[in-house]
Amino acid sequence: MNATIWSLSAIVAVAAVTFLLGYVGSRKANTTPDFLVARRAIPATRNAAAISGEYLSAASFLGVAGLVLKDGVDALWYPVGFTAGYLALLLFVAAPLRRSGAYTLPDFAEARLGSSNVRHFSTFFVVCIGVLYLVPQLQSAGLTLTTITGLPAWFGGLIVTVIVVINVLGGGMRAITLVQAFQYWGKLFAIAAPTFVLFVVFLASPDRGTQPISDDGVVRFPKAESITVAEQVVKVRVDEPLTLKVNGQIDGRNADGAVFWGRGVYELSPGTTMEFAAGSPVPVVEGSPTTNYDWTRPQTGGISELIRTYSLIFATFLGTMGLPHVLVRFYTNPDGKAARRTALHVLYLLGLFYIFPTVLGVLSRLYLPQLLVNGKTDAAVLMLPETMLPNLGGQIVGAIVAAGAFAAFLSTSSGLVVSVAGVVSTDIMPGKVRDFRWATVFTGLVAIGLALLLPRSDASLTVAMSFALAASTFCPLLVLGIWWRGLTWVGAVCGLVVGGGMVITAQVVSVVSSYTGRWAPAFITQPALITVPVAFIIMIMVSKATRRRVPADVSQILLRLHAPDPLGFIRDRDIARFGTAEEKARQAEDKRRGAGRTR
Amino acid sequence: MSRHDAGKPEQPAREAWLGEQGSRPRRRRVVLADSTKSRGKALRTIIELEEQTSVGEKLVRDLIRQQLKSAFGLAFAVLIGMCLLPVTFYLVPSIGDLKILGIPIPWLVLGLAPFPILYGVGWVFRRQAERHERDFVNMVDR
Repeated sequence: MNATIWSLSAIVAVAAVTFLLGYVGSRKANTTPDFLVARRAIPATRNAAAISGEYLSAASFLGVAGLVLKDGVDALWYPVGFTAGYLALLLFVAAPLRRSGAYTLPDFAEARLGSSNVRHFSTFFVVCIGVLYLVPQLQSAGLTLTTITGLPAWFGGLIVTVIVVINVLGGGMRAITLVQAFQYWGKLFAIAAPTFVLFVVFLASPDRGTQPISDDGVVRFPKAESITVAEQVVKVRVDEPLTLKVNGQIDGRNADGAVFWGRGVYELSPGTTMEFAAGSPVPVVEGSPTTNYDWTRPQTGGISELIRTYSLIFATFLGTMGLPHVLVRFYTNPDGKAARRTALHVLYLLGLFYIFPTVLGVLSRLYLPQLLVNGKTDAAVLMLPETMLPNLGGQIVGAIVAAGAFAAFLSTSSGLVVSVAGVVSTDIMPGKVRDFRWATVFTGLVAIGLALLLPRSDASLTVAMSFALAASTFCPLLVLGIWWRGLTWVGAVCGLVVGGGMVITAQVVSVVSSYTGRWAPAFITQPALITVPVAFIIMIMVSKATRRRVPADVSQILLRLHAPDPLGFIRDRDIARFGTAEEKARQAEDKRRGAGRTR
Repeated sequence: MSRHDAGKPEQPAREAWLGEQGSRPRRRRVVLADSTKSRGKALRTIIELEEQTSVGEKLVRDLIRQQLKSAFGLAFAVLIGMCLLPVTFYLVPSIGDLKILGIPIPWLVLGLAPFPILYGVGWVFRRQAERHERDFVNMVDR
């Protein structure tokens, strides 16, 4: 009970600081450029902190440690890929994208290719990626609150949605910049401090009933454990025979009392409760290594695992540059050079962060093997402090972690809501501040609705799918658009539709397969290795076939994208469309003062 | 959809953004002391660049090619490096048994090493890209 109070007060504190910073940021926000791109006046280091704060989502804060616990060294490709994506962004996209003067990704597409058709298709995919990314954030928020306090799962998602929507309503991009920058440092503290504390605890008492990882056998329970399968059917693999007590359904048959399990795969129905004795082997969720030997060594899963790893590298390396909520933050820099410096600084901030989840993942292998049974390893980081330190210290450390996780949901969701609302309000609606606010409410409603309807899966996996979608749609559009004169709008639309269509199909197929026995091969659950090259090839081929549609002013546009900032070619399109912030502010002021003095 | 054909309604805004047809009149604050020396000198070449004379066009093409070469070279090196790792681990599983300070080498190679390397590559690119741009500005300035 005490632990709940500590954690809840930490979460309330994070929410309060979020509101406060949002309020401070949005006091002067009153024009469309304020809401869309924070008037393009964010200095590079603060913007980098904001980008990192926004990027380190539930998938990074909870998911990476969970995947390390489950899959071992191969899971480290996630943080590597998540970071390497910013290198690709820095190399190919950052500065030219800022110099285009666009205010959303669809706006860039239209500016570059001179067609509003490509703009509409881009809008569709921005909304797709945004929602696909937002849903797991809200679901993880539910999981977090349930894990710590036992409140129902829908409550956490709802709370996050309400806080984010209110903040964004107040000041859009201006409101969330400070919030996200603060939350990066908050999250870094919330993962670094517990890692140090828990690591010291581990060093002080290395074997409190835990089995050393260097033992190459199967994983064993350090103490007696009772586990209940949650809402979904779970398949577990047993490598060493064991006896356990079961109450529920195994392989579709009722079971009650002591049961013997030989080697093989067992299917557990929802609601089944199992009791394991201390020292008994841990049945591991199907698809993950059962022995510490396989867990500590890379690429033990055979050729399909190898393909999956390559696909992941592709998706994360190229997908980051296509994530609309990341790109829109680069529009807030004053110029191209600042955008480049921002991306470089992000590489540093992310590298600093990603060392810690790995350590926590390894520690939870020692203390929390019960999570391997139902595969809900996202909870590992949250449960670890109290398992290792069952006293007041553990409760406080747990509260810090909980606050960090909550900050992760808030900052990522804020960025996603701003980027989706920005696109919806400027492409589907006229783009006034009022439209932006309506779009925010609408985005929040859709996201929370989907989060409650769709089944939960690992945050990192769903997020990896949205990376694949971004890598197969916007990555080719941006790279070819920025560096190749020959791109036409027809080619761009064909590439977007084929690349995006393939990923969405793969996503649907893999959801179906996850319900009907996980038969989908690796290239469907992790499709980027195929879809990205296909999208590139289609864009190039179709553009070559429709060469006469190359915009007549392409040289001028490329000049604008690449000319160094001191030459002064940047023209911001939001100002061309909505007027400058100063003008609007002065108009508003004049109106308020009864059109009195003009300066 | 017909309303959106080839983006006709957006055309005026596009021209304003490109600055071809002197953008529509808009009140602007004029500050007399704003034209620094370099800006004044560069003006003619900038006009040349905007009007796409053959000299201007060549300059821009060269700049883009230089930047692309830097970016591609570094991206290629990083991607090759990353892609070699899984296949090496797959073909030479005994790497998993090697340890430094009790930590298996693959854990160090994937968990620690990539971050400073990625930052280093980014730093090199930033320096190269900014140097190309400085050279370009100097050339225009002459």
